[in-house]
Amino acid sequence: MKNLDPVQNNELTKKNTGYIPRKKATQKTYDDLGFMSGLEIHQQLKTKKKLFCRCPAGIYQDFDDFDAEIVRHMRPTLSELGEYDGTALMEFKTKKEIIYRIKDETACTYDIDDTPPFPINRQALEYAIEIALLTGLNIVGEFHIARKQYLDGSIPTGFQRTGIVGIEGEIPLKNKKVRIIQMSIEEDSCREVSDVRHTRIYATDRLGMPLIETVTYPDMKHPDEVKEAAHYIRFLGRSTGKVRTGSGAARQDVNVSIEGGTRVEIKGVSSIAAIPELVHNEAFRQKALLLIKDILNERIKNRFKVNFKELNPNEFGIDYKPLQNSLKDGFKIIAINLPHCSGILSHFTQTGKNFSDEITDRLKVIACLERPNMLHSEEEKSPITEKQWTDIKKILNAKNEDAQIVIWTSDFDLKIAVETIEERIELAMNGVPNETRKSIQNGLTIFERVLPGADRMYPDTDSTPIPIIEKDVARLEKNLPVSISRRFKELTDWKIPIDSWPYLLRYNLIPMIEDIIKRTNFPPKFIATTFAHQLKGLEGRNGGKNTISTFKKVKKLFEFVSEKKLHYEIIWDMLKFIYEHPKMDFDSVLIELDYSDSNMKKILSDVPVMRDIFTQIAKTKRKEAEIDWIIGELRKFAIGNIPMNDLRDEVVKTLS
Amino acid sequence: MLDMFKGHRGKALETLKKFKSRVWSDAIVKTTRGEFKGIILPRSENDDDRHIVLKLITGYNIGISVETITDIEEIGYKEANYKIPEKEFPFTEGQANIKLFGTGGTIASRLDYRTGAVIPAFSPGELYGAVPELADICNLKTEKIFAVFSENMGSEQYMKLAKAIGKEIKRGIDGIVIGHGTDTMHHTAAALSFMIQNPPVPIVMVGSQRSSDRPSSDAALNLMYATKAASESDIAEVMVCMFGSTSDDYGLLHRGTRIRKMHSSYRSTFRTIGDIPLAMITRDKITTIQKKYHKRKKTTKEMKIIPAWEEKTTLLYYYPDMMPDMIDSMINNGYKGCIIAGTGLGHVNKPLYPALERAVKAGMHIYMTVQTLWGYTHMSVYETGRDLMSIGVIPAENMLPEVAYVKLAWALGQSNDREEVKKIMLTPVCGEITEREPYNGYLIFQGGIPEVEDFIKKVHK
Repeated sequence: MKNLDPVQNNELTKKNTGYIPRKKATQKTYDDLGFMSGLEIHQQLKTKKKLFCRCPAGIYQDFDDFDAEIVRHMRPTLSELGEYDGTALMEFKTKKEIIYRIKDETACTYDIDDTPPFPINRQALEYAIEIALLTGLNIVGEFHIARKQYLDGSIPTGFQRTGIVGIEGEIPLKNKKVRIIQMSIEEDSCREVSDVRHTRIYATDRLGMPLIETVTYPDMKHPDEVKEAAHYIRFLGRSTGKVRTGSGAARQDVNVSIEGGTRVEIKGVSSIAAIPELVHNEAFRQKALLLIKDILNERIKNRFKVNFKELNPNEFGIDYKPLQNSLKDGFKIIAINLPHCSGILSHFTQTGKNFSDEITDRLKVIACLERPNMLHSEEEKSPITEKQWTDIKKILNAKNEDAQIVIWTSDFDLKIAVETIEERIELAMNGVPNETRKSIQNGLTIFERVLPGADRMYPDTDSTPIPIIEKDVARLEKNLPVSISRRFKELTDWKIPIDSWPYLLRYNLIPMIEDIIKRTNFPPKFIATTFAHQLKGLEGRNGGKNTISTFKKVKKLFEFVSEKKLHYEIIWDMLKFIYEHPKMDFDSVLIELDYSDSNMKKILSDVPVMRDIFTQIAKTKRKEAEIDWIIGELRKFAIGNIPMNDLRDEVVKTLS
Repeated sequence: MLDMFKGHRGKALETLKKFKSRVWSDAIVKTTRGEFKGIILPRSENDDDRHIVLKLITGYNIGISVETITDIEEIGYKEANYKIPEKEFPFTEGQANIKLFGTGGTIASRLDYRTGAVIPAFSPGELYGAVPELADICNLKTEKIFAVFSENMGSEQYMKLAKAIGKEIKRGIDGIVIGHGTDTMHHTAAALSFMIQNPPVPIVMVGSQRSSDRPSSDAALNLMYATKAASESDIAEVMVCMFGSTSDDYGLLHRGTRIRKMHSSYRSTFRTIGDIPLAMITRDKITTIQKKYHKRKKTTKEMKIIPAWEEKTTLLYYYPDMMPDMIDSMINNGYKGCIIAGTGLGHVNKPLYPALERAVKAGMHIYMTVQTLWGYTHMSVYETGRDLMSIGVIPAENMLPEVAYVKLAWALGQSNDREEVKKIMLTPVCGEITEREPYNGYLIFQGGIPEVEDFIKKVHK
């Protein structure tokens, strides 16, 4: 049998998977896959203090700025219904030493689990109820704090305190309604500083900040719908002004499955724009894994079992730096035979990736082998020579239809590493494993951990349930801000381009726009794009950040232009100028812009002269070029006096 | 109450009955706030009677106000079976045989639906299921001797425990471990130190500060440290084995008579007072740091079990302005012994003198300790001290107030003779009084000071 060409195999299997780029995909593409997606949107609440202690919320330190470090290990415990959770056991296998960095300003003994929780932050609970009401959820009668196990160490207790505020609601998208499962309030986790080998380091500044999590049903059937729903839920929170904005303040977990696949959760996606590509790729990854499942099941009839041998480094002078370096730490080189797995390791999974990546990522996470952590027999270019592979196959008693992996590891991790590889193939025989994945660049994802289930929940024995009484709910309901669906309707009625919505909603600018419309009668679309395009563009260019005071100034500018009875189009010119000279008053800005009071007749009076000049200097005789040139010259005198479209019409008329 | 309504009472119970629903049923609950679906859970008896609790499919619990409920429909039934996976504890030739006595506490525990609190779970099989590492340390047998919370441990338990330990040691066990709630562990440690004298093997008390139902609990590690100490340590004394720092770094073995719980919730709450701990312990090794201690012996000949107790013994924490009627009430109530935790070097105010005199005349044994915890009583330094001594108040050297209380109750359980009791009180049994205080026996660092901050930053505390 001829040796397999991994590149060809990857291309072939990509074709078999039916992968097409997102741009070319249609609704039918996703319907054929049986694509389903749901969201978990996390938004930090804008409270002064953390959820269960009195540390300030929203202060961040540099990772190197800390006062003390403490060390913890995590062990799985039983859930309330008496079962160990799958993730729990996986994390326990990895035997990580977790180090927490503590800074006095942002963390106390509660954060490191040396003090029981203080009564819940009522401000946070109220904010959460308010947003739950806006989402149309059924508010619970009594708020129960649960412990949700996290053995990765991201929370020093080993669990997150969390509770349900409301369940069952729906949000309207353009073409459909998306159902909401629930909204919970929970404490935020640590920020990961590093994770190398058996040591993971966390910063505790973000830990314990209150956040809400809104979970949808898997009602989204197209990647763009996922994006739309994410925007909606985020805007909903923002419309109350009670959630934090800015980097890391809102994060999405995206659940994806296809027919025959499994729910896979892509964790911590901070940019909503990235979602469609991620879910698109995940759908095809699952499709590829289903193909692999069929291949393996056809070939393997009994229980899958690998065999492995230690390679003598002197005999096998493998020319690969990471491997050679590891030998200095006393690592062993282990060759592993994967029976019947030929063509599997190079099987397409994601663009530029193949099944071997599924193994390498698990080796890193579960067996703590730092990447690069393996070589395999289906690489395009292998540091292991043909001759060496032949020898390895011989040592392993490998057959032609097998594949081989070479890893380097300490004795301590060897067993788990081999088990991890074996387990991944076993999982492949069942299709798509239940897992959470982390997004990396280009819309690709890597394995993060086994997907936890409901088994990891149990009641918090340190706190008592909190009744949510009718009176409080009624009071909050009365003061609800205008609901997001009304805002969406307003934006649609005003014909505001969709790309402007996020900016307007994020900064809650719609009430201001309403006010400007009322005072000036300028077109809503112009006002809205002044903020969402012009101002946003200026912000980007100058690197600064627009604040409330900037927005107020823009509003004053509108009022000024209206009072002066100028045509509103001059506002964008003025805005640019003001941005560079923020201290200058509006009248001076007009002078600087060479504005003078004029009218159509006066402006057009110079056109004949200009035509003569154009004939002399023009390199083209195109009519359009002439019109553009003339309008360009006249613009300075016309803007603010007459609408630019009228000017063009008149110029065209004069010239014809 | 019927099991099917577990924990529900009043309005909640009425509601369940009204809609013919029961605990553990998978139900759809219709309310004025919308529809909720989940399993009806038992209700904690301390919680109000206005809500019923559902476990949602997502694993979360929520409460529903009974006033809002319009209908409950049972669609299924799922009773939880909360059990730590039990496996037979394996026997390994050559490993020490250890007996673990359970008294309650949170060393291993599970949830109690009735109270919503944590209750102990305990058997070698359960422990092995939860902490399999134990099998690499020793061969373990367990006996649940009581199931009481720490604060309910008392003289009856001390004596019963002392006898049970004595019996077990005579049978030839290699070490004893006692699981105990942390609140009063130092009282029990002191009592056992006096009641079991010259034990030939280690007697190690252990507990956990953060309940074992949480992944970051100190329970498993403490238990590993304790069984290791009981198996391998050369120190044959009553000891407390708990975290030395808040990190999962090392445990400390503390002498049972010099130990005190010093923080309400910290993992490293137990501190040796006025001395250094006996040893440091990690998963790999035990490092003895105290030079003087009772060594392991091959024979039980020297061991003496002295279970004795006088209940009418008290501990009086003095405060300025204390009025003599506090003392008088003790006399009137027939108290035979009193430990005073006095101010400074061992003082109380003058208005108490006549009352104290009456007490001594009535036959009460009064000993003075210091509420500063660290340091000795020095009652000859000031006139107050000398006055008190002449009244008959006896300074108890550097015995910790709680330890002195335990010792006095134990001494009075054996004799009522003034001189005899005094002899027992002032003759150290196991380090409760030390001849000298080492320079590093009193170390309370203060945060904020540069060298301390420097230390804390470098060393995992």
